[in-house]
Amino acid sequence: MIALVAIVAVLLVIATAVQILKIAELRATESGKEIYEISAKQSKAQAFLLMVFLVAYFGFFAWQVWKWGGLMLPVSASEHGVGVDELMNITLWFIIPVFIITHIFLFWFSYKYSFSETRKALFFSHSNKLEMFWTIIPSVALTVLILVGLSNWNKIMTPISSETEHVLLEVCGQQFMWGARYAGKDGKLGRASVEYIEGVNALGIDVSDENSKDDKIVKGEFHLPVGVPVQFVFRSQDVLHSAYMPHFRAQMNCVPGLKTQFNFTPTITTAEMKEKTQNENFEYILLCNKICGAAHYNMQMNIVVESKEDYEKWLAEQKEFGAE
Amino acid sequence: MSAHQHPHEEQDFLFKYVFSQDHKMISKQFLITGFIMGFIGLSMSTLFRLQLGFPGESFWIIDFLLGSWAENGVMLPDKYLALVTMHGTIMVFFLLTAGLSGTFSNLLIPLQIGARDMASGFLNMLSYWFFFVSSVIMLISLGVEGGAASAGWTIYPPLSALPQAIPGSGLGMTLWLVAMAIFIASSLLGSLNYIVTILNLRTKGMTMTRLPLTIWSFLITAIVGVISFPVLLAAALLLVFDRSFGTSFYLSDIYIGGQVLEHSGGSPILFEHLFWFLGHPEVYIVLLPALGITSEIVSTMSRKPIFGYRAMITSMLAIGFLSAIVWGHHMFVTGMNPFLGAVFTFTTLLIAIPSAVKVFNYITTLWKGNIKFSPAMLFSIGLVSTFISGGLTGLILGDSALDINVHDTYFVVGHFHIVMGLSGIFGMIAGVYHWFPKIFGRMLNNNLGNAHFWITIVSSYGIFFPMHFLGLAGVPRRYYTNSEFPLFENLLDINTLITWFAILAFAGQLIFFFNFVYSALRGPKAPQNPWKGNSLEWTTGVKHIHGNWPGEIPTVHRWPYDYSKLNENGDYVTGEDFIPQIVPLGEGELDGGGH
Repeated sequence: MIALVAIVAVLLVIATAVQILKIAELRATESGKEIYEISAKQSKAQAFLLMVFLVAYFGFFAWQVWKWGGLMLPVSASEHGVGVDELMNITLWFIIPVFIITHIFLFWFSYKYSFSETRKALFFSHSNKLEMFWTIIPSVALTVLILVGLSNWNKIMTPISSETEHVLLEVCGQQFMWGARYAGKDGKLGRASVEYIEGVNALGIDVSDENSKDDKIVKGEFHLPVGVPVQFVFRSQDVLHSAYMPHFRAQMNCVPGLKTQFNFTPTITTAEMKEKTQNENFEYILLCNKICGAAHYNMQMNIVVESKEDYEKWLAEQKEFGAE
Repeated sequence: MSAHQHPHEEQDFLFKYVFSQDHKMISKQFLITGFIMGFIGLSMSTLFRLQLGFPGESFWIIDFLLGSWAENGVMLPDKYLALVTMHGTIMVFFLLTAGLSGTFSNLLIPLQIGARDMASGFLNMLSYWFFFVSSVIMLISLGVEGGAASAGWTIYPPLSALPQAIPGSGLGMTLWLVAMAIFIASSLLGSLNYIVTILNLRTKGMTMTRLPLTIWSFLITAIVGVISFPVLLAAALLLVFDRSFGTSFYLSDIYIGGQVLEHSGGSPILFEHLFWFLGHPEVYIVLLPALGITSEIVSTMSRKPIFGYRAMITSMLAIGFLSAIVWGHHMFVTGMNPFLGAVFTFTTLLIAIPSAVKVFNYITTLWKGNIKFSPAMLFSIGLVSTFISGGLTGLILGDSALDINVHDTYFVVGHFHIVMGLSGIFGMIAGVYHWFPKIFGRMLNNNLGNAHFWITIVSSYGIFFPMHFLGLAGVPRRYYTNSEFPLFENLLDINTLITWFAILAFAGQLIFFFNFVYSALRGPKAPQNPWKGNSLEWTTGVKHIHGNWPGEIPTVHRWPYDYSKLNENGDYVTGEDFIPQIVPLGEGELDGGGH
């Protein structure tokens, strides 16, 4: 019944609209014009609206920064992340002025040179000087962005040398949860493969490998010591996942059949971040950022960053794989 | 031809409207099919915006339209992914590739270069019918058991390869792959035809440097398509093998559904490389025709030559070339060699240079013009704005170090919807408003057109601009809801606001569809040259005839941008502010704006 009424209502609206259009066309023809001709006045009205839009667009931008700026990710909690944030700021300082200036020119010229019966447009087809100018300026700016960006990228992507003291941690994705494994005393992760997955051995660790014995598997959350580099190794046992740790400016895909890596050094403990964000419930998280199935939207693990002593105490409480 | 041999009425109808080999009719077929697909894609996005703006709330419209994909008026999580996947696929390929290129390349190439028709009318007809069959299969896939493909429009395996991983990777995915294979055949047939026609069938005097920028953009688009689409076909076929014949191109070391799969030795990264080798050029397959169309409109409506004609062509060539060597920027965090990441950052950011040149040339074309704001012109200004707004955030995403933290977040969604989605659709709609008189012989209503523009630009920025903030807050894309994370709990307001704008945008398009249907059937009859344009299509009659020109094909004497050209006395050279391409050069008059 409701559907029927809705259909009738829609038909009535369409019929009314058709009649209004017909009347408008007749009125235009009576005044000796065709309805599709655009007068200087009509053109000016649209040009004026373009100026209104320009102001509203900038206003909307400013309003969003004011309203939501505080909801963005807090300061970076990793060493390399500070460099990433700096690069982001440099880039924003470049693109926001370009955004504003080009928009002002675009809309101002549209408004200023709106149609008039008396004016003639300028026949201006090219100017090598101008074109050189605006090819060279972006080229120079981009060279700077590329150089700063790549020096950052190379730093981030350099693996930790085995001599440096570091934590070796494997993160393994599966539909729809994360597993984490510490390398243990020997600093080596035991062999793992989907073939060994059975019962409680959900990460598929090779029991016969000596390196596996002291590995420590943790669930629900993993801990990291502040100020110590962490070498992550990522695996997936079914589909693609992506290990995304936004507070550390860290992300790497987990690819079945391939081990991927990322490393960072945490610089702010969870407790300190709670203070900084004035949020008692603040937690660092690892979430999945590559579409992986129906429950992709809920695949998370907490990360706790704490002092080295607390971290070692916590780790000592975790069971070794061989002990099970 | 058959129509003449069998003078029965039904056959006339059949060959005139259905199996037509006339480029103008094929153009209409592409336009209408593309718009129907576009409307479906748009509706899907409005539905899943309801879920994102009001997570878990029950809507009768969702119950009514989605049926078994929803429970108690709330869509199911895996069906949300199906909607997202199909929305992306339909919008990118069916609306903005086939709908845009198919319509305007077909309509304008023969008309603007002075040809009687495409080089091969038969291949052209096949191109449309492959597209049609592909559309039908894609729509059928919505109704099969397990639902439509749900692995995202990028269909990365193993998710897309294994029905155990998500129900949509069953029959739905098979149909998706079949539909895309046919689609690619359609696209290749079309592109080959466009290239051959432009290179061989130009009329006397129509040198390459007298071609309108529309034709240049269609030519470069077609070349990019011919180079990159076959690679997607290969990727899709290998995926079919992995899914159905037990090969392991993309699969290795998988434990799912309680068992270890026998696939071994493959890599999903290979698929990503193959996919993005098309996927990135695809962005420019969408964008270049939109840029060509709006260049033409901005020049015509400003009554000025397009500024820097040769620079515009060079920029498009540079963009076309670079588009083929930047695909790795979609894969910075896949674990590919960091050195490759550096190379792809370099090539990616280079694209900003020709893009910047194009923007400055657009703006300079407006300077000291005499601008008439038709709806087509408004949408063209809108395109320049979206091209700037979306293009600039590309500098963040293209920079590998910055991409780490915004990769696959809503920042990306905001970026590509503005720079590719909005620019593409604004260009296409601008083209429809401008060439509607050429397509249907009638005029669209300007007031409805203006209303359509204002609602569309306000709502689309209202939808996509806030997404950058969601991304900077760390919200991943393709999440059914953000309510599972305390981190995101303050962001629901943003999502609700976006959804309201999405509903507004949907309503705005209804105005356009009404205007379109009404005007095509009942609109005022169009004059031959309503915008006082120079290019050849305006020398043909309003009524469509086979062969386009009743007598001889016109000869071309000048470039298409002689607007407001003055003689020494400061008067218009021909007494009017435009000089069609068929008018011979005067004595001592320079062609091409004096290049």
